[in-house]
Amino acid sequence: MNKATKAAVTEICSQYGNDRGNMMDILRAVQERLGGIYGETIDIIAESVSAPRVEVESTASFYSFLSGKPTGEVVIRLCNDVIDKMYRVDRVAAAFSEELGIGFGETTADGKITLEWTPCIGMCDQAPAALVNDEVMTRLSTDHARDIVASLKSGREYYKLPHELGDGNNAHKLVHSMVVNHIRRPGAVIFADFQPGAGLANALGMTPVEVIRCMKIARLRGRGGAGFPTGLKWEFTHTADGERKFVICNADEGEPGTFKDRVILTERADLLFEGMTIAGYAVGSDAGVLYLRGEYTYLRRHLERILGERREAGLLGENVRGKKGFDFDIRIQMGAGAYICGEETALISSCEGLRGDPKNRPPFPAQKGFLGEPTVVNNVETLCCAARIMEKGAAWFSQFGTKGSAGTKLLSVCGDCDRPGVYEVNFGTKLSEVLEMAEAADPAAVQVSGPSGEMVAPGDFDRAISFDDLATGGSIMVFNSKRDLLGIVAEFMDFFIDESCGYCTPCRVGNVLLKERLDKIRSGQGCPEDLDYLQALGETVKTASRCGLGQTSPNPILTTLANFRQLYEALVKPATGELLATFDLESALSEAKAIAQHD
Amino acid sequence: MSKSITFTIDGVEVTAQAGQTILQAADAAGVYIPRLCAKTDLSPFGACRVCTVLADGRPQAACTQPVSEGMVVESEIPKVQQIRRDIIEMLFVEGNHYCMFCEKSGNCELQALAYRFGIVAPKYPYLFPQRELDASHPDIFIDRNRCILCGRCVRASKELDGKNVFQFVGRGPNKKVAVNAEAGLSDTDVAVIDEAIDACPVGAIIKKRTGYRVPIGQRKYDSKPIGSDIETK
Repeated sequence: MNKATKAAVTEICSQYGNDRGNMMDILRAVQERLGGIYGETIDIIAESVSAPRVEVESTASFYSFLSGKPTGEVVIRLCNDVIDKMYRVDRVAAAFSEELGIGFGETTADGKITLEWTPCIGMCDQAPAALVNDEVMTRLSTDHARDIVASLKSGREYYKLPHELGDGNNAHKLVHSMVVNHIRRPGAVIFADFQPGAGLANALGMTPVEVIRCMKIARLRGRGGAGFPTGLKWEFTHTADGERKFVICNADEGEPGTFKDRVILTERADLLFEGMTIAGYAVGSDAGVLYLRGEYTYLRRHLERILGERREAGLLGENVRGKKGFDFDIRIQMGAGAYICGEETALISSCEGLRGDPKNRPPFPAQKGFLGEPTVVNNVETLCCAARIMEKGAAWFSQFGTKGSAGTKLLSVCGDCDRPGVYEVNFGTKLSEVLEMAEAADPAAVQVSGPSGEMVAPGDFDRAISFDDLATGGSIMVFNSKRDLLGIVAEFMDFFIDESCGYCTPCRVGNVLLKERLDKIRSGQGCPEDLDYLQALGETVKTASRCGLGQTSPNPILTTLANFRQLYEALVKPATGELLATFDLESALSEAKAIAQHD
Repeated sequence: MSKSITFTIDGVEVTAQAGQTILQAADAAGVYIPRLCAKTDLSPFGACRVCTVLADGRPQAACTQPVSEGMVVESEIPKVQQIRRDIIEMLFVEGNHYCMFCEKSGNCELQALAYRFGIVAPKYPYLFPQRELDASHPDIFIDRNRCILCGRCVRASKELDGKNVFQFVGRGPNKKVAVNAEAGLSDTDVAVIDEAIDACPVGAIIKKRTGYRVPIGQRKYDSKPIGSDIETK
């Protein structure tokens, strides 16, 4: 390693205060600068931040946007989730591969361009999509792929690749992206007009306890999927003992098929930051962190601008909006490609500069969260609801939706429908109504809540979107009657295998075993007993796993076993005589015969 | 004195101290709950999930879940025993465990648990992973084929030895134990007398030139099943 490179790494570390807690920022910056984190680079970082070398390696090796080997100045990450595959990303991939002369996971001979696969990047309504470094390219065709490669090869900077501009703030100079919002159905809570400060003014006129009571009266529940009552969460954090308290917004929208938070961040960031500030006031915090998934780096400058505007307007900083003694500011923490970091304790680990391993509970974040201090972690949409509740009142909010599920819900609808995009619907809306709005002509199965949720069959399309029935973080993927549903299940299992942190046995090993047996059945080699095997194994993984990822990872298999059992039954064959019907003695012996030269 | 708490394990009343985990309280009461990643003197980790119990009906790792007054813990019930069996079998197929010629045989906690559960052969297919060996150190070798990722070496090195010799790298099926040096164990400050070396429950970290010294019949788990020391308290 030459002196200049060493100096660059040292400089980056010092820029982040040589603080281990800033490890994510340091590693991201080093990755961007050097194209990889390995060898002596790790030693220099370790020395600068006074950490053991292996601790740095531990964090760096966890995140998929950080590389343990050299990558090009430009990394093209093509999204390979099921929706992109339905939109024939394979053809786009072949075009990239052919033009670059490399396969996936490889770098061009001149060391300039790397080609990789990546899971859902939150663009399922405009698939196929790719990240070119942090630029988002959507609706890709083979022509686009060839044009992108030609432009890059001609020396054009990746951020100057020619493209159209999207609508709304996507066209703003600080975003300058071709991403489109696709707000198909705006509702009263999230997408109505918003005046910065409107909710905050009302909140600051109350005591923190009164603000929390408003959340309870409004019956606000977490929008990330679990549905925990927000008022209760805030109360726990409010009453917990701590030197300092933190508010973290979970903008690590990683559930495949979800993209509604991306649209909020693009068009209603003010509402979100207002919600965070109100949460800060309610729980007694002076510091907020927006944990933004690495895939949404293109939104960062836009979000920084809005934070800046709010500081200038006195809505952030010391004595917020003139309220003596209430200081609150927000910083952005970038992620680096890890689905598990959407789990709140894994997200906290990541904010602390560690591997994104979930933490043991208890203690819960409300008691000991970020840096061991009481912390409230809320979803983007939840915080927006909180701001709106303070603006318009708890009674106004709870007039929408149902008794157990007050308010509206954002749905990200994609797949086999004519109008993919974001829909703000009242809780209680039936799935069939959503399919009608999205103009799904031939829906044969709907994956509600992403791979961790449930694959719903047509007989259940009259079920309602609510916490008591079809609870969802917002991902709705529609599949028509021509889709290979068990193939989709296999894709989902691959996703969980890749995204498991590997901490606990059932999730780390169990998902690999589930996938093995599913593959066996799909290849026509399965027997009826294999269905019982999948059921039992799936239940063990669900029951014994340590966090929400493992506890939901068998769902693709378990929910299709329950709702689409005929698909499995059509593939398995019972044993006849001593051998399984699917066992071919000749082919099993063929390799040994060839080696022994027996005919 | 911390507050005294009463709860039940499989219907038997147990008295514990507030702040104890279910596993600690059970150990003190002479009730054995199978475990691999948990070890006295090391901080609770909750990784292997072998100590899964139902606490008031909810699945929890006994090694991380604190006891509470009146808590009803179910341990030796068929549902829980099945989960433990499944996890032990998962650990066998995940690595490359050849007990018959492993130096740790007879002293291995994974093997001893399999015997205690009467596991003759796992129902899952072997995954036969390619794993790395590190024999660079003169006195110690690491055979990752036998590693069950319990993190005992990681914690013992930090918490008991005051070093940072081991840590996990990678994630999911690619997660593995790494050492605090780019090359190998010989470049770290590990010593053969470190607690981290003895902390390994399986044959993944072995002291060189000690294998097969104890004759069959006199090894730790040859005559009594694992957990007997707790049960005979």
